Formats: sequence, structure tokens, C-alpha cells
Amino acid sequence: MTAITTKKITSSHIGVPLDFVGSKYKMITENVNVYYGNYLAVKNISIKFPEKSVTALIGPSGCGKTTFLRCLNRMHDMTKSARVEGKVMIDDIDLYDKSIDPIYHRRKVGMVFQKPNPFPTMSIYDNVVAGVRLNGVHDKKILDEIVEDSLKMAYLWNEVNDDLKKPAIELSGGQQQRLCIARALAIQPEVLLMDEPASALDPIATQKIEETITELKKDYCIIIITHNMQQAVRVSDYTGFMYLVDLIEFRETRKLFTDPKNELTAKYVQGHFG
Amino acid sequence: MLNREFGKSRGRGPLADKIFKIAATAAGAYVLAVILVMVLQLGWESGPLWQQEGIEFIWGTDWNAVEGRESYGALPYIIGTLVTSAIAMIIAVPLSIGVAMFVLTAPKRISEPMGYMVELIAAVPSVVFGLWGLLVFRMYFKDLIEQPLHDAFGDSIFLFSGNPFGLDILSAGIILAIMIIPTISAISRETMLAVPQQQKEAAYMLGSTTWEMFRLAVFPYSKAGLIGASIMGLGRAVGETMAVTMIIGNATGFAAIPHSLFDAGQTMPSIIANEFIEASPASIHVSALIAVGLVLFLIAMAINVVAHFLVTRMLKIREGAVNN
Amino acid sequence: MFKANVKNRLLVDKIMTGVVIACTLVAIIPLLWILGTLVYGGAGALSWEFFTEEPGAVGSGVPPAIGPAIQGTMIIIGLSSLIGVPIGVMSGIYLAEFGGSWFSKQIRFFTDVFMEFPSIVLGVFAFLAIVLIVGHFSIWAGAFALSLIMFPIVARATEEALKMVPYSVREAGTALGLRKWIVTLHIIIPAAKKAILTGILLSVSRISGETAPLIMTVLGSSQFFGGFDSPMDALPLRIWRFSLQPYDEARLSGWGAALVLVLIILAIHIAVRYWFSRKNTDKGLISRIMGQRNVKN
Repeated sequence: MTAITTKKITSSHIGVPLDFVGSKYKMITENVNVYYGNYLAVKNISIKFPEKSVTALIGPSGCGKTTFLRCLNRMHDMTKSARVEGKVMIDDIDLYDKSIDPIYHRRKVGMVFQKPNPFPTMSIYDNVVAGVRLNGVHDKKILDEIVEDSLKMAYLWNEVNDDLKKPAIELSGGQQQRLCIARALAIQPEVLLMDEPASALDPIATQKIEETITELKKDYCIIIITHNMQQAVRVSDYTGFMYLVDLIEFRETRKLFTDPKNELTAKYVQGHFG
Repeated sequence: MLNREFGKSRGRGPLADKIFKIAATAAGAYVLAVILVMVLQLGWESGPLWQQEGIEFIWGTDWNAVEGRESYGALPYIIGTLVTSAIAMIIAVPLSIGVAMFVLTAPKRISEPMGYMVELIAAVPSVVFGLWGLLVFRMYFKDLIEQPLHDAFGDSIFLFSGNPFGLDILSAGIILAIMIIPTISAISRETMLAVPQQQKEAAYMLGSTTWEMFRLAVFPYSKAGLIGASIMGLGRAVGETMAVTMIIGNATGFAAIPHSLFDAGQTMPSIIANEFIEASPASIHVSALIAVGLVLFLIAMAINVVAHFLVTRMLKIREGAVNN
Repeated sequence: MFKANVKNRLLVDKIMTGVVIACTLVAIIPLLWILGTLVYGGAGALSWEFFTEEPGAVGSGVPPAIGPAIQGTMIIIGLSSLIGVPIGVMSGIYLAEFGGSWFSKQIRFFTDVFMEFPSIVLGVFAFLAIVLIVGHFSIWAGAFALSLIMFPIVARATEEALKMVPYSVREAGTALGLRKWIVTLHIIIPAAKKAILTGILLSVSRISGETAPLIMTVLGSSQFFGGFDSPMDALPLRIWRFSLQPYDEARLSGWGAALVLVLIILAIHIAVRYWFSRKNTDKGLISRIMGQRNVKN
């Protein structure tokens, strides 16, 4: 882990936050490019994500934010036509190195999707522990503990602890999404990726999710994609603005929104295009 | 609390997924292996027959299992198969398309139960069709239709010249027709459904009646699919065994070549069903029957491949049109 | 003149409507006739003894019983499923989860084509592959032949069932760091359970009525199950046997046996319809499996 002392960075294309002092980086990407066939979907992104913080990725639709996010846990392995170049390092290990087993390391990176996707035939309890139990852990005491801890961290415990055997699909949308967060947390990842986690939810559920994120950042490195600029301001410490396939600017949230260095960024945060 | 290494238990390594893929691929390829082995075995075991008769087996008309004078020819059974299937198709194709049109246009309250009942026909086993055909249908058919036709036209039209006992190719053809209606009508229905909505709407917009809409918009577009559906039915008819065996009259050799609709006959499946158990292994009778099976296999395979090809192409065209 | 033309066209339309209705009635009447005959002709044969005893000597005046036939049908269905279902499910998994390549397209194509092979040929194949080798009639040969009919049906049903599970479920499982085989077998298959079971049940109803493949493999018998190496009876075989005997009692038993067989099949169909109609009604799926041809690629 490199300790960074105060340094003047001139180019805002490089994802090192300005005015950033003495902490560790959890996840570092270097020159990541993603191709779908011949089409370049993500161009040359290098970002350093600090630990125990929330980084928001904003930008208009279709500019590659989700594609980039999916690089961070090698989800593109599921797509035959996708090709990823560059490095994604988590704790000095390059996820794309030929010698490592991606599935094992995927457990260090949890993911929450845009639409809640609980496992349809499983109960709440089974959903939360799915990642753990299906990986070989069967001790009921441990599983019970995990269920309680994860649901508490996701701010869902109080609402469901009376009937954990209920089918997960009977929960409301907001509850399902928090269930998915609990499920992702149960495998004890170190990084949490969230792809517009509140976009399908009503305002009250959204608020609950944001509270959850703010609590979680005390322990996790969280990277969240959002369309909602106010949300980015509310929950994130750092923000990256992507436009088309490029990373345009990456800074502390406060500074990016109040004093953007790039003209495009300024136009976007002022709502000139969306 | 939780052992960080929990992902390393048995079966969770990368080897497990490789094995999974191999097992699944093997299961998928099973069908290809079965087809291949089947062809090889049928060919091999019918070898003695081909050695004796050669390729003339296909147009030979003898069928003599007596030792020392053995001689076999498959032509009567090929003809029997073709004739009964043709009769079945002539009857079933128009009926099936009519049924498909009905199910597509009738109000749901009627079309659903009716459509379901037509589907149920396919659930009745062949042997039950045979039983009913043999004991019930034949009696009525013989007395009410075959006999009068024979009396009236027996001398003039060769089709009706045979003596009607009811166990003949016409009865078999009719029973076959009933049995293949569900197949043809179901696929015809899907084919006609696949016609893009715009075509149908265009016809209605021009003020056409329902029938005209079919004539102008649906039929031209779904021609290939309807032909494919019919060929699927043909494939089914060609392979149908029990019902035909029980009704067709069990003639063999030259006598099995029908000269009128009321003559007994024999199809490729039925000769095998009738004689396989009794055939003496000391002779090449069994080989002859296996050879018939091989010929049947190849014909059925060819028909089904053509049918599937036509139908899937029709549906692919529809997907292309929808995407445009 | 336009008016006259419209009148003609409407008349034609009316006639065609009548024709189409007539077609449907003509198609349905035989079904109703058969069902009626079965009930009318076969109900008289039904009795507890009919279901449980051996046929006995022919011409004794009592309708011969079908105990061994019922037992045999159950046994052969069980054995065929043992062989056919695992292969079919794995094959369906292959098509759904590993598909997309040219090779898988060919497999799907030939699986569909294989579904319609003449079943008598499958019987001959089983005879050559097993009966000839072991030297006697064999129940395994019959089960193998019937499994060849079962597995394509189960494979396509499984494939369609798996495809109905949304892709997002697989993504969720993968994101948790689970292996593909675990996601497929422990998450996706349970989610598709109902539809897969439907396919299995429909394939069972299909093979319970199959006669031709059993003729030269299990042969038929008048006695109860006597070991895997002896001939065995089955309902379709017994019906055929009855149809060849000229005695009235045999005819009566034939109707009775046919009634029993059709009732079993109908029961499976109705159960499947009722069970399946609660959720999504992919009626195309059911009609495809019911001995008809699979249309989708």
C-alpha cells in the first residue's frame, strides 16, 4: 500500500483525488479498456479508490459506468463478446492476472444490482446465506449469526426478523434491495459495488438505502453508480464523472460539484444535459 | 467468526466447473452418439440381407421366409407406407389448417377448450386408436361407406374395386389422418401466428373479411411454415406403428401391393411389428426386417430434417422481420 | 356493382367460417367417440380382481385380468425415467447454459428430429444393442428403448424451463463468487423445478402408451414380474394381445385395459394443466411436449 503525501496533480484524468493525505487505497485500476467485439465501451480508466469511503460514478446514460463497474469483479467473464484490458488491483493482487482464480477473488467484491434480484425460490434466510452456504459452510450457529449481522447492517433486521422463512419475493422492492445488500455483505467482501441501487425504489426506501451506505462506509470501500446528483452529494466522498467512454474528472465530491475543473463536468452538474 | 477460506471446500475449485461443462456437453452429444450408433448397428446387422439381395431389396417384391427359398423385397412396404401416409395427408392437412384457423379466430371461450381437445388426440396411445379402429370404426366404416362405394363404383373406378373388409389401407389412412391432425394443426397455428401483425392489419384496413385476411396476408406469408407443418405430420405418419398394424390387414410380399383402396396392405413399421418376434434367427428373415427398419429410419430422418428446417427457417424470418 | 361484390365476399366469408367450424368438429368427433367407447365398452370389465390378478387361461369366460400389465407399466416407466431423466436434464442444461455455439445448435436440431423417430426403430435398436448381446428378453432393453423417447422431451422442456429463469438470477449468483455448477444446480434448477417436472410428467405419459419398442424387448407376459431377465407385461402390450384374441371376454378386457391406460394418461395431463396453469401459461411448451413437434429454435 502506497502512502500518498500531499502532491500536486495536474491532470484531472488520473483518478487520484486531489488534496488527499495519508490513507490507503483498497482498489486501483490502471488503464482499463473494455471492448464488446470491436466496440470500445470503456476507455483507459485509471482510478484509485480509497478504503473506507464512498466513491460515486456519475454521468449520462450509456457512457460506460456499468460496464466499468463490472470490470471490478470480473462480471464480464459471463459475456462471451466482452474483452477487458488493463489491471484491476485489490490489495496488490491483479484480478485479471492469468494465474489467479477469479471466482475465489470475486468474494472479496460484493455487488448490488440495479433491480433487486433475490433468488426466487429461497426464503429471506436462505437468500442472505446463499453465498456462504453454497460455498460449503453449514454450521447453523455461524449461519444464524451471519444472517442477523448482515440484515442489521442492511437496516432490514427489524422488519423481517419475525419470519425469516418467508419467501424473499414477498418482500417489497425496497426490502428486496436491502436483502440483496445483506446477501452481498454476508460473504464479508472488502469492496461493495452498487449499480444505481435505489433507482427502482420509492423515496423512503431510497433514504433507507442511503443511510445504510453511510453506515457501511465505516468498514467498506463502496463504489456506487448513480444518476441522482443529489444522492452523490449526500453519500459520497469522492466522485468520478464519466462521459461517453472516458473518465472526465475525479475529485472529492464537494469540490467536483462546487468547483469543477472541466467544462463538461460543469455543464453536467448544472443540468445542461443528462 | 467466519473462516476466510470458506470458499475452498470440495467441489468449489475451478476443476469442478470444467467437469460440469464436460458432463453437460456429453449429455448434449448423447443424441448424436445414439443416432450414429443406431445407423451403424442397423447397417451392420442387416448386412446378411444386403449381401444376399443387394440394392434390389428396395424395389423387390418377394417376401418368402421359407428356408432354402428365402427372398425378400421391401417395395410393397415402402409403397404401403407412402400410400397410407398420402391418404392421411390428403385428409389431415386441410382439416388441420381449418382447425388452426378456427383456434386463431374463434372467441377464447370456445377456441381454448376446442384447441385443447384437439391436443388431447395426441395423448391417446396408438394402440388404443388401433383397438378402436379394429373393433368399432371398421364396422361402421365398412358397412356405411366402403360397401356402398364398392357396390356402386366397384366396376368402374379401380379405387373401389377391392372387396371391403374394413382392414385395408383406406381405413389405416383415415385413422392415421386423425392421429396426425394435432401435430399439423399445432405447428400451423404457430406458423400463422408468426405472421407479423402489420400484414394482418393491412388486410383488415383494406376492408377484407376474415377469410380474405387469411387468403391475402396469412397464407402467402406462412406458406413455407404450413408446408413444414404438413411434412412434420408426414414424418409422424410414416413412423406410426400400432394403429396401422392393427388395421391394415397384414398382407405380405407381392400381395401387399394395393390395387384399390379396399385392399389389405403393409407398411414398413407394421411388417416389423408383425413378424419380428416370430422370425427365425437361423434365416436372414431378421436381417430383412432390420433392413426394412434401416430404410424406414433413413426415410423418416430425411422427412423430419426437411420439416424442421422449413419450420425453423420460417420462424427465423419472422424474428428478422420483427427486429426490423 | 361494388355492392354485389361485397355481398359475395361476405357470403364466402360465412361459408368459410362454416367450413372451419366443420373441420374442428370432424377432428374432435373421433376423440369423443373413442372416449365414449372406452367408457361404455370397458367400464364393465373394471374390478379389483381385474387390476390385481393374472390373465389366466384364454376362453375361460371371465375377462382376463391385467395385474401384470399394470405392474409392468409401472416398472418400465420407473426404469426408463431412471435412464432418461438425468440425461435429458443434463442435456437441457447444456443447451440452456452452454449453448450459443454452432455445435449446440446442431445438438438442438437433432434432439428435435430425434423426438419424432419411429419408435419401432428404437425398439429394434434396443433389441440389437441389448437383447442380442445378453441372449434373452430384457427389461433393461425395454427401459432403454423408452428412455430414448423420453430424453429429448425432457431435454427440451428443461431447456425452455431454464431459459425462463431471468438472467439476473445467474448474475446474482456469480457476483457472490459461486461456481457455475453451483449456480446452475442449486439456484437455477430449483427455480425452474415446476416446468422441468411438467416436462418429465408429460414424457412419462407419452411412454406409458408406447407399444412398439416393447414388442421385441420385453415381449409381454402373462405373469407378474419375474426378474430383469424375463419377459414382462405392459398395458399397451396387453391391449394388443387382447385385440388379437377373438373371444368376447378378451375384447371386454381390451376395452377395460385401454380405459385404464387412457385414464392414467389423462390424469397426468390434467394434473399438469392444473398445476402449470397457475403460473405462466406457456401453452406452446405443453403442446410441444405432448408428442408434437418443437418449433422454437
